Amino acid sequence: MSASAWFAVRAPLSPRRKLVLGVGSFVLPLLLWCAVSYLPFVWHPLVEVTDIGGVDYFEPGMRVERSVFDDESATMKAEGKPLPQGVPANPVYLPAPHEVLTAFYTAFTTAPEQKDAPWLHESLWHSMQIIFWGFLISSIVGVPLGILCGVYSAISRLNEPFIEFFRYLPAPAFGALCVAILGIHDAPKIAIIVIGTFFQQVLVIANTTRKLDFALLEAALTLGTQRWKLLTRVVVPGILPDLYRDQRVLLGWAWTYLIVAELIGTSSGITFFITQQARYQHFDNVYAAIAMIGIIGLSIDLVLAWLGRRLFPWSR
Amino acid sequence: MMNDTPATPVSYLDQSEAVRARFERLKARDVVLEVKGLGKVYESHQGPVTALKGIDFKAHRRELVCVLGPSGCGKSTLIRILAGLESYTSGQVLLDGAPVTGPGKDRGMVFQGYTLFPWLTVKKNVMFGLEVNGKGHNEAESQARQWLELVGLSKFADAYPHQLSGGMKQRVAIARALANQPRILLMDEPFGALDAQTRARMQAHLLEIWRNIDITIVFITHDLDEAVYLADRILVLKAHPGEVQELIEVPVPRPRSPEQFQSPAFLATKARIEALIHPPQAPHEDDTEPDVVPQVIRMTDVGDDVE
Repeated sequence: MSASAWFAVRAPLSPRRKLVLGVGSFVLPLLLWCAVSYLPFVWHPLVEVTDIGGVDYFEPGMRVERSVFDDESATMKAEGKPLPQGVPANPVYLPAPHEVLTAFYTAFTTAPEQKDAPWLHESLWHSMQIIFWGFLISSIVGVPLGILCGVYSAISRLNEPFIEFFRYLPAPAFGALCVAILGIHDAPKIAIIVIGTFFQQVLVIANTTRKLDFALLEAALTLGTQRWKLLTRVVVPGILPDLYRDQRVLLGWAWTYLIVAELIGTSSGITFFITQQARYQHFDNVYAAIAMIGIIGLSIDLVLAWLGRRLFPWSR
Repeated sequence: MMNDTPATPVSYLDQSEAVRARFERLKARDVVLEVKGLGKVYESHQGPVTALKGIDFKAHRRELVCVLGPSGCGKSTLIRILAGLESYTSGQVLLDGAPVTGPGKDRGMVFQGYTLFPWLTVKKNVMFGLEVNGKGHNEAESQARQWLELVGLSKFADAYPHQLSGGMKQRVAIARALANQPRILLMDEPFGALDAQTRARMQAHLLEIWRNIDITIVFITHDLDEAVYLADRILVLKAHPGEVQELIEVPVPRPRSPEQFQSPAFLATKARIEALIHPPQAPHEDDTEPDVVPQVIRMTDVGDDVE
């Protein structure tokens, strides 16, 4: 296959190539991870002790710096004591793929360390609820306001300069304020998601609304459409496919605020799980939990994309 | 019916008896649209620009008026003012004697860019005007079916606009505009984006529709053949500022057919408009494009002298 066939500008790909490349985009980073984990001569800065030999402070399973291990070996050799044995190892914060893969299953089946702490599936469900409410509240106000800004210059001018300013303020900066106002449980977390999403949402949707072909509005006017109906029968249906696409992107945005939001007040949801597991050095569980956020996010997006194609057959 | 006096040169002012009688009857009808001293001046970075100046004309009931002129003559501005989509700075536009203040369902419009609602099927596009004006769903649907029948697109009632060809889209746009039963149909270069064959078919189709329903049409075009073929009268505009040069009564008898393109009356009318739009003697005073044949050096060598 010639390079020109792969790199023709904006040329559509055959379904097979699309699949190959799509799978490749996941496989390549995985291969890199495998290489670092399973090839002893790649990285592996530590030595995992298998036999302590004559070193009294070593313990089996202990990971020590290679230089330390070599020094101790030299010392033991000089003193004529048995040499310690070990295998090259990575730091504990980089578990191998198979360990993380196992954790995907065991994390769900292992009871939490603390008696009253939630199981993993409970944590995940809690996080999804935070996202849902945050995104819903943001959308209930943000979508109509964005559309109105896109249609009426006066409303746009009255709102957008301030929103433009406010969107630069990092949502987590409002964490302490949210706790002071809304308490320590879910309300401040939802508020952070709302603050993180809302201001972008208004601007993005206002722009999408402005991109609607003005000729369609003119055509509707010449057909005798009055103001309110122009909004409900032309503007809204006209932008709906793009609005839907925007909402998908914005939902992804909301997910990225999740961890910060859940750290506020009492730590909860998937963030609570991750911080707990990290405390016990169960990094395989940490990676599994982080990957789960990605998997849930991507799955929701794929479902929404599929649904979008059903909902808007005229849009290509 | 044809003006068969090939011996003497034919003037576009000569009208056969039938054509003269037809114009008399036409002018005896009610005036649907009256434009009086219409002018538009807008502000630009270079100061005020006169887009239109002192436009006067009338369109009688069931008349087909074409507006023709070079680019920049303001013909699109004119029709947009008639539709109520643009403001004007002087004069008056009267529809059935009442001043036009904004867009309304009494003036249907067909745009060059189709402007069909992409989220609605063909049938629902045609129903749109009926529904926003308070017609019930069932009534709107049955009327839409009739209009689709008229433009020959019944089979495509449930298709989406993106599935149609340009000519079909424009037929839907005509049906959609007509469904409201407007007093006047404004058409802004409606066939300008179509290929030559489709355009010819659409012209014939438009004449057929116009013959069968009570509609007055103002049709913008820059195509001389199209104007002479379709129009009762042609309003010829000139550019900078947009002013009326002449209101020509087309002497080509009706019913029109493509064979008339070579008839003396047709050719004489076309020649007159040609002379109005491109004055033969006037050297290009204010024209930006120099009339120069480019001198290109020969940069090919195939080894023979075949051009």
